[in-house]
Amino acid sequence: MTDLAAARVQMGMSLAFHIIFAVVGIAMPVLMVVAERRWRRSGDPVHLDLAKRWARGTAILFAVGAVSGTVLSFELGLLWPGFMRVAGPIIGMPFSLEGFAFFTEAIFLGIYLYGWERVSPRAHLSAGVLVAVSGALSGVFVVIANAWMNAPAGFDFVDGQITNVRPLAAMANAAALPQVLHMTLAAYAATGFAVAGIHAWLMVRGRNASFHRHALTIALTVGAPAAVLQPLSGDFAATHLAHHQPVKLAAMEALFETRSGAPLTLGGWPVAAERRTRFGLEVPYGLSLLAFRDPTAVVQGLDSVPPELWPALPAVHLSFDLMVACGTYMALVALWAAWLARKKADLSARRGFLWATVLAAPLGFVAIEAGWMVTELGRQPWVIYGVLRTADAVTPMPGQMWRTGVFALIYVFLAVVVAVLLSRQIVRSPMYTGEHRGVPGAGR
Amino acid sequence: MTAADALAGILVLALNAYVISGGADFGGGVWDLLASGRRKAAQRDLVAQAIGPVWEANHVWLILAVVLLFTCFPAAFARLAVTLNLPLTGVLVGVVLRGSAFAFRGYGGDRDVVQRRWGRVFAVASLVTPALLGVAVGAVASGAVGEGGRGDADGFVAAYVAPWLAPFPLAVGLFTLCCFAFLAAVYLTLEAPEGELREDFRRRALTAGVAVGVAAGLALLVARPGAPLMRHGLLGSEWALPFQAGTGMVAVATLGALWTRRYRLARAAAAVQVSLIMWGWAGSQYPYVIPPDLTIADAAAPAATLHLVLLALGLGAAVLVPSLAYLFRVFKRSDQPSAVGHQ
Repeated sequence: MTDLAAARVQMGMSLAFHIIFAVVGIAMPVLMVVAERRWRRSGDPVHLDLAKRWARGTAILFAVGAVSGTVLSFELGLLWPGFMRVAGPIIGMPFSLEGFAFFTEAIFLGIYLYGWERVSPRAHLSAGVLVAVSGALSGVFVVIANAWMNAPAGFDFVDGQITNVRPLAAMANAAALPQVLHMTLAAYAATGFAVAGIHAWLMVRGRNASFHRHALTIALTVGAPAAVLQPLSGDFAATHLAHHQPVKLAAMEALFETRSGAPLTLGGWPVAAERRTRFGLEVPYGLSLLAFRDPTAVVQGLDSVPPELWPALPAVHLSFDLMVACGTYMALVALWAAWLARKKADLSARRGFLWATVLAAPLGFVAIEAGWMVTELGRQPWVIYGVLRTADAVTPMPGQMWRTGVFALIYVFLAVVVAVLLSRQIVRSPMYTGEHRGVPGAGR
Repeated sequence: MTAADALAGILVLALNAYVISGGADFGGGVWDLLASGRRKAAQRDLVAQAIGPVWEANHVWLILAVVLLFTCFPAAFARLAVTLNLPLTGVLVGVVLRGSAFAFRGYGGDRDVVQRRWGRVFAVASLVTPALLGVAVGAVASGAVGEGGRGDADGFVAAYVAPWLAPFPLAVGLFTLCCFAFLAAVYLTLEAPEGELREDFRRRALTAGVAVGVAAGLALLVARPGAPLMRHGLLGSEWALPFQAGTGMVAVATLGALWTRRYRLARAAAAVQVSLIMWGWAGSQYPYVIPPDLTIADAAAPAATLHLVLLALGLGAAVLVPSLAYLFRVFKRSDQPSAVGHQ
């Protein structure tokens, strides 16, 4: 493996690992605050128990998110010193703001977790709200920095030199809004459905139905609206790409040839050498219609740039399809949930719906990982689109593979531990409410 | 003073805040590792209670310092990240293991073998991380990270190992570790309830205070060949000797306050002492970010960036300062019992 490849693997691994915890850190506080508010209003101990359990889960995941985020802030330099030398002054601004947002989140999470008996009820709930708000803001700022790599702005690039740096214009880059919307909704949808799926599974298994029904309701209240809105924001992001990063869009859609009335290719295996996609299902005029709202519009294909500027095709195209498939499924389950909620149906009796929700539990995270693959791999070979190539940004230090190996071991180890700890937390369902009643037919 | 100078000062301030808060959290891990005697378990519980609510907030100072470094002094960041790749990678591994092990121990369930294992990971990582951080700082101060200081940097060892695997950086690593352990022990005297547990940490604080002095002497000793620039900066300029004398007096005051059991005074004096050491280091290498060749002005980002970051720091401070004050008021008021359950 070359040092460049190893550095990319390490960065990809670190991002893929961190994003899960970052996403949970954004959305989980909303769940715990909603639960606490319901408890403060109704006095129902089930809601207090939920708030405390979710807070404990948040604490574990937030800690891992904080340290893996620290790793990333260093890795920007340890792996890509050439990138940071150029990009630091231009996109340092959102990172600085993220620093403060993250600071606020950490402070008030400390107060929330450890302050149940030390601050007033109102102060405690407010601390939770501040955690939720600052968590969302941290995510927004980091995504803005990433968006700049896709749509660089706020500087002049003359003869290979960066001049006239304008950090605010860099923050206001064209990709910022579509990416921020898409990622923020993804955080709520993925976390909401993951939590909903876990509690749905425990309901199917016949555990403490009342407790899990409340949990399921809150989780879906957060996750379902986001899941329904997500396809709209995805469409917004795709039309943005059609105008600003046509090569990425062409790779996502496996469109080799620039043409009018471009079809939408579902699945299949793009073969770069043959310049065609095998086994794909084509929807005539689909891509032109989606990208430009006009079935005859001309969509730029991969042939608009030389092949050495193409991203890794099968990975980008298949990741994109995987993301869309997961998102579509979640949106459908969300609509189902809305329909059931309107009918005021008893969810514990709706086994079909519960199973559908269980299936959705991991899909939000699968979609997030796949979506980031699209964004990041789709930008290659550039680290700053059109300005700096990834190969020119990598550290000159040899032996990258060893360090990548060390981090791979650490991440695998942490992932296993987190999974074990969380499953222990989850499986220990509360028994004290005396409402432990099996769902008919669930026993073995 | 230029905007770049101001930001370099704020960067040191952020590092300073990290050292006296997050540094003490690492020091707590050292005392977890060195817990001994009949009150072993009580000592460990006290450490966990003391750092539990605050360590994540304290840790953000480091992130803030890194962000300020790469935003305002990108050339310095890039060079540090290349030359000091190995110790910084070690710091990262330590940060990850320390933080996650602490959380896993706190939320991983009841006292059992698994608990003790996480405690061990937490404690060992708390020992290694500050030492490596100190090694990195020592390497910078020694001038070995500068272009000129590296000599003919052919070969892996010459370019990526020799700059930090040298007596002076190693001595600074030891010194950093002693400082963090010292801070933690002093702070813990106030976290502990009256009585034997408090005496445990008083003794540890006194020992660590002496160790800080010895490690400082050792670092100065190896600075003569290892970091002549630093040594000159610390001892040679006209402000240096009064400054060092002041630091020394505060150090004596800290030990005196500990000896006479005036713990609040000791806490304040210890924080001032370590802060003075930091500023002494920063002052000794001014105007260089990375001596002997990269100055603050040379490494600085364009003015537009620097001015905006100053503005952002002002806004951020307006949010941060009251929030932090609130956090510490809730959890660190010494008139409150510290034995409140935290789960």
